[in-house]
This record gives sequence, C-alpha cells and structure tokens, in this order.
Amino acid sequence: MPLKVALKRAERSRNLRALALIAPLFLFIVLTFAAPIGMLLFRAVYDPDLGRNLPATTEAIQSWNGEGLPDETVYAALAADLKAAQENKTAGQIGKRLNYEMSGTRSKILATARMVAKLESGPYKEAFIKQDQRIWGQPDVWHILKRETKPFTGYYLLASLDHQFDGNGNIVKTSPDQAIFIDIFIRTLWIAFLVTIFTLLLGYPIAYLLASLPTSTSNLLMILVLVPFWTSLLVRTTAWVVLLQTNGVINDALIWLGILHDRIQLIFNRGGTVLAMTHIQLPFTILPIYSVMKTISPSYMRAARSLGGGPFYSFWRIYFPQTVPGIGAGCLLTFILSLGYYITPALVGGPADQMISYFVALYTNTELNWGMASALGGLLLAMTLILYVVYNRLVGIDKVKLG
Amino acid sequence: MAGHVPYDARANEGPPQCLLRGYLLWLWKIGCRHGVSQMEARSLDRPMSAQGQAVSGKLDGQELDGQRGDGKALVRFKDVQKSYDGETLVVKRLSLDIRQGEFLTLLGPSGSGKTTTLMMLAGFETPTHGEIELNGSSITHMPPEKRNIGMVFQNYALFPHMTVAENLSFPLEVRKYNKAEIQARIRKSLEMVRLDAFANRRPGQLSGGQQQRVALARALVFEPELVLMDEPLGALDKQLREHMQIEIRHLHQSLGITVVYVTHDQSEALTMSDRIAVFNDGIIHQLASPSELYERPSNAFVAQFIGENNRLHGKVAQLNGQGCTVELSAGFNVQALPVNVDGQGSPVTLSLRPERLKLDPQDGTMPNLFNGEVVELIYLGDHTRVRVAACGADDLIVKVPNSEGVPAYQPGQPVRIGWRLEDCRALAS
Repeated sequence: MPLKVALKRAERSRNLRALALIAPLFLFIVLTFAAPIGMLLFRAVYDPDLGRNLPATTEAIQSWNGEGLPDETVYAALAADLKAAQENKTAGQIGKRLNYEMSGTRSKILATARMVAKLESGPYKEAFIKQDQRIWGQPDVWHILKRETKPFTGYYLLASLDHQFDGNGNIVKTSPDQAIFIDIFIRTLWIAFLVTIFTLLLGYPIAYLLASLPTSTSNLLMILVLVPFWTSLLVRTTAWVVLLQTNGVINDALIWLGILHDRIQLIFNRGGTVLAMTHIQLPFTILPIYSVMKTISPSYMRAARSLGGGPFYSFWRIYFPQTVPGIGAGCLLTFILSLGYYITPALVGGPADQMISYFVALYTNTELNWGMASALGGLLLAMTLILYVVYNRLVGIDKVKLG
Repeated sequence: MAGHVPYDARANEGPPQCLLRGYLLWLWKIGCRHGVSQMEARSLDRPMSAQGQAVSGKLDGQELDGQRGDGKALVRFKDVQKSYDGETLVVKRLSLDIRQGEFLTLLGPSGSGKTTTLMMLAGFETPTHGEIELNGSSITHMPPEKRNIGMVFQNYALFPHMTVAENLSFPLEVRKYNKAEIQARIRKSLEMVRLDAFANRRPGQLSGGQQQRVALARALVFEPELVLMDEPLGALDKQLREHMQIEIRHLHQSLGITVVYVTHDQSEALTMSDRIAVFNDGIIHQLASPSELYERPSNAFVAQFIGENNRLHGKVAQLNGQGCTVELSAGFNVQALPVNVDGQGSPVTLSLRPERLKLDPQDGTMPNLFNGEVVELIYLGDHTRVRVAACGADDLIVKVPNSEGVPAYQPGQPVRIGWRLEDCRALAS
C-alpha cells in the first residue's frame, strides 16, 4: 500500500507534534494522579507484610491440610520467625495484622514472642500451647496465618462489605455487632441522593431564570451563583456551623421572633448535613443545566404556543425534555461529588451522618490500616463507575452536556 | 415621554379609518393638546409614510379595494405602535387590513419593524398602543395559543426531541383530537408536502428543505385560517428556495388560506405575493401588488428597495398636469412623471429602471435624450449591463438585452441615452 505508507509518513510529524503537546499533562496526570491512586487501590488486595515478617511460617504452613492443629515443624517455623521478629521489633506489626481478624490477638502475639525469645530449643508446639491454650491450641489462628501470609488477600474487600472468611475458607457474614459498612454505603448513597434531588429542585428554576433573563441581569445573578463557588469549602461549612448551632444565628432569630420557645437542634444531624451539602453543591447542578438551557432557542416555546399549547403544557412537553441532558449532567456531577463528601458531614453531621470518606480518612490517618482505607475507597469508586454505566445505559453519556 | 404616545381615553377612539385628512386633523388635535413630539413631527413631515397604503392608493390614481373595511378583512391592525425600550418606536402607527385568502408579504430591510408586526399578530409581542382584530374581534391581549394561527419560524423550530409525526401531532393532541383522527391528519399533511416516508425520522436527520416542509406541514396540520411565515426560506440555498417559493404558493392557492409572509428578499416577495407591504423604519411605505410596486413606486425608498434603480437628483423647475420638468444639479432638464412632488422648487429624486433606458434611440421617440459615454460593459448572458456617464452622473446602468446579439459598444465610446417621460418618476426626496 504505497498510498497508505505515504499518508503515514505525511502525518507522522503532525502526530508527533500533537503527542509532544499533550505529553506534559499526560505525564503529570500519570505521576501525580493515576499512579498513586492505582497503587493505593492495589493495597486493598495486596498486603505482603505478614508473609514478609513470617517467612519460615509461610513456607512451613503450606504442608498443613487445615484439619486439627499443625505439626511441630510449623510451630518451630513460627518460633523462629517470632524470635527474629522480637529482635527486629516487628512483632507488633504481626500482632496488629492478626488482630484485625481476631480481636485481642495482638497482646497474645507480643507475649508469645517474648516467651519464644527466651526458649533455646523445642519442642515448640507444647511450649506454645502452654503459653496460651486459647490461641495456639485452636486451629483458628493457623487458618488465618495460612491464608494471610500469601501476598494477595480478599480480607479487606470482604470486610468492607461486612463479610469475612470462616475457618474453612468460606465467605460468611460478619457478626451483626461488627457489620457497619453496608449501612454506611447505603447512608452515603442516600445522602448523596437527597442532596442531588434538593439541588435539582432548587437549581432548575434558577437555571431557567439565568437562561431567560437579559444578559445584563443574568450576569449579575450568575455572579451570585458563583460567589459561593469561589469560596473555600471549609469556610462555607463553618459558616453553616455558625448559622445552625444551638446558640447560632437561626436559633437566636427564631427565639427573638417568638416562633420558638426552646432552641432546636439544627446541627449535628442529617438535616444539617443535607442542608449544608445542598448549598455547596448548588452551582454544580445549576451550571450544566444553565448551559443546556442557554442553547435552547426561544423559538421552540413560541412554536409550541403558536400550535396551541398553553404555557405550562408547552414547557413540560417541549422545553423540559430538551433540558434533560443538562439535568443528567448536573445531577450526575452533584451525585458523584456528594458521594465523596468528608469535611461537611464531619463538621455539620452527627455520628450517624458520617459518610464513607470519613472512614477512609479514619483508616488512613488514625488506624493506619491502609488496606481497609483502600478497600473502602475502591468500593466507592466502583460504585460510582457502576452508576455511571447505568446512567449511560439509561440516558446515554453522549447526551450529557457540561457546557 | 410626555406627549409621545397619546395614552388617554381619546386614543382608543382611533383615527377616522384611512382618511388622510381626518387622520391629520386628529394628529393635529393631539399635537395641540400634548405638544407635538419628535416622532409625530416627523410623521407630519411625511404624511405619505405615516399613512402608507391609503396615500399610495390615491396618488397612483388607483383605488386599492378592501382597504375600507368592507367586511372582508380577516386581520385588521388599528393604529398599532410598538416600542421595546420605551424610547424608540419599532412600529409606528400601523394601520393595515389583511384580506381573507390573500398572500400578503411584509417586505423590508432588517430592523424595519416587519418581524415585530408579525410577532404582534402571532401574539408573542403586545402592542404598546392600538388594536389588532381577527375576524372582527380584538385579539390584542389574547395569548398566542388561543389565536389558532399557524406559524412557520425562521429556523423552523421543529422540536428536536420528537419525530416528524410527533411534531405534527402536537397541535392535534392539544386540540384533543382522537387518535385515529390525528393519524389521518398527520398522513394527509405529510402527503401534502411529500414527506410521508419520513414520519419516524427526527428533525436532525432531515435536510434543510425537508425540515422546511415539515415546519410547513406542522403549521397547516390543524387547519388554521391564517398562517404566518417569518423568513421561512432564509436558510435554504438559492435553487431550493426558488423551488419552495413555488411550492408554498401552490399550497396557498389550493388550501385557500390567508398567508402573511415576512421576508427581506424582494425577488421572493415579488414571486409569491398578492400584495406586498414595504416596511422601513417602522412604517409601511407602500402597500400594493408586485407589478404596481415595481412599475409605480410611490416614493424614493420603495423605488430603491424594489428592483434595480438609477437615481438622479434635481429640483422641480416646472409642473403641469401630465408631467414636470426637473432641473438636475448638473444643469440638465429632464421631463418626468410627478408622483409625489411638493410643488415647484422642491427637491426630487428621479427614479429610472435600467431596462427602460435606451441607448441610441431613434430620434423623436424619446422626450429625454442626452449625450453620454460608455464607461463599462458587463456581460451577463441574457443581457449586457452598460454603465454610462451622462447627465452629470457616471453610474447610469442600462440593461441591453442580448436577444439580437451582443451590443457592440466599447468603453469610452460616445453614446446617446434616452427614456420616456412615464418611465422617469419624480419622487420627493
């Protein structure tokens, strides 16, 4: 194909130039965004620490068939690993990791490690069982060790969905007193849904007003819409705290007006959270709807009126359907952003209003359990993507217009 | 705004219908009471313009029937004014009767008020003064959906989220027709514009001409008596536009509807209309049939706007019954037909159609005969345009038909140019 070759050659320099133009941004995104997030999400299923800290055990436990207690060689391997751990001060890490799956294990591991460090020689199995019958005399901890010394683990993802492995490697539900994450996911979706609905109800008329007013007036209104948008999220949230708190502006005003006699709780509950989030998200819903409305020629409404449709009927049959792509874009944007809210629920919400991001932050900063943080974050991302796909099936993402 | 627009009880009485004298008297009375505003003063200067059709009808010595409210008028504009900003009038004192079954075109440059007039008739704008009547009852404040007027918009305004059939069914659903009736009417309308195969397409999947026809079908599907068209062919290419002009004309004839058509394209207006109202600056300058407008323009604007036109400026030197002598600024005397001249000494513009100018005519056949020089020749297939310098102007265009060969003129060649008295219309300037 000499023509194709010639075409390729002719286009080559242009393609290279185009590549060179996007290369800096591409590299920036890969290095500062895609790669760190990918690595973090990988932590949800990849946790080599236990295997690295217990190398001999990892190898020895493979021969155990999972029934009864393992034999002396496995105990000996664990003893050797714990001796090394005691020297390298990694016993705490091992204890902490096992503690995720069996609470109370950490102190027992530390005690055993101290005991093992003093032992010169075996038999280790007896010594272990003598040290603590409840842990070393039962198969449970050995099941965990056999499963979790492998570098890849499903534990964090299952735990995020309130499930875990039992002794036989089956997936079972976590006991109800520890199962919290499904509720939190549902709560996160529900709050995001409420915020989306409220921004739509409040924002649609504003967008319509912006799109239909003469430019000079609508520019002023647009600035009013955008001013909060330009203000820091934290400032706006704390402003809501000032307004809503029990001795805050709203309560004071209502009492002064005589509408209330006792102060009401406006903050640290669901209502306060949804109110503050709705306010913050309003521009994100308004702007896509506005930009779509701006492109709808007034002649459509005129045509509908001239054909005999009343103003409301024409609006509903002719104008509204044409704004659906904007509604879709605005609601999708607000819903996805709302799913990830952290600051606002943390400051304005109560304990029962914390969303999934709060727990991601908790596991990252306080618990230092990156596996859980990654698993929760990954599930949030997956949920968003599923919604996106569903939306794409129902409405079609190509119809979404952001401007 | 004091005295600008007479908003008192008297204003609603309106001027005595279409009688110039009564109208002026009424104006004068109001002027006395309120002090004549700028706008009115201007109208008084140009009574021609302020009272367009009645005046032109009279001056041309022709009675334009249907002008006096003989009951056949479908639509009647009574002294309608429209201002958007409260300072300038976009439509100034419009009185116009639209006859049942006619094809009336509102023609004028952009900003002349023709579209505003149409929008007031459709109900999208409310007159700031005056009344609009449809079938004898006032529709001035009736919302558009109650008027039962079909309308074709400039960019068709086909609902993009609906198929062609759904677009057509909208006005029928609103009118609560039953399903079978709706289907039958949609089919009939689409057959009428020969688009029956496209019922399930979206407007975006149609060509410009097809969209245009759908818009036409949608405006007609509910069988309105009156159909308004706002530059409906503006977005089409020339060939398609000419084809659609004929098609719309045929639809008008076969359906017996009344059409009010807005355009700025004079050839379109001449092709399609029964009557044309020439708008400029918010005023109807002349309302007449196409041939009347072309052959006997009643003022300089119409002469200039309709067709091609050579203009010569001068002063009336002598005025008698049939003709007048006009002394051009360059000193030549021209015999002309006085159309609206204010008397001896008044400045006039002479209007000459290029096809009525003759090069080297036989002696004695033309009262106006001058020496000139050929400046330029433009060959245009069926005719040649010859630019001649004569009578103190260097831009007199003469259309010489090529029916008997291409005329053998050369630039720089001396030539004689002549025209008849009745082809040279003296219009007040």
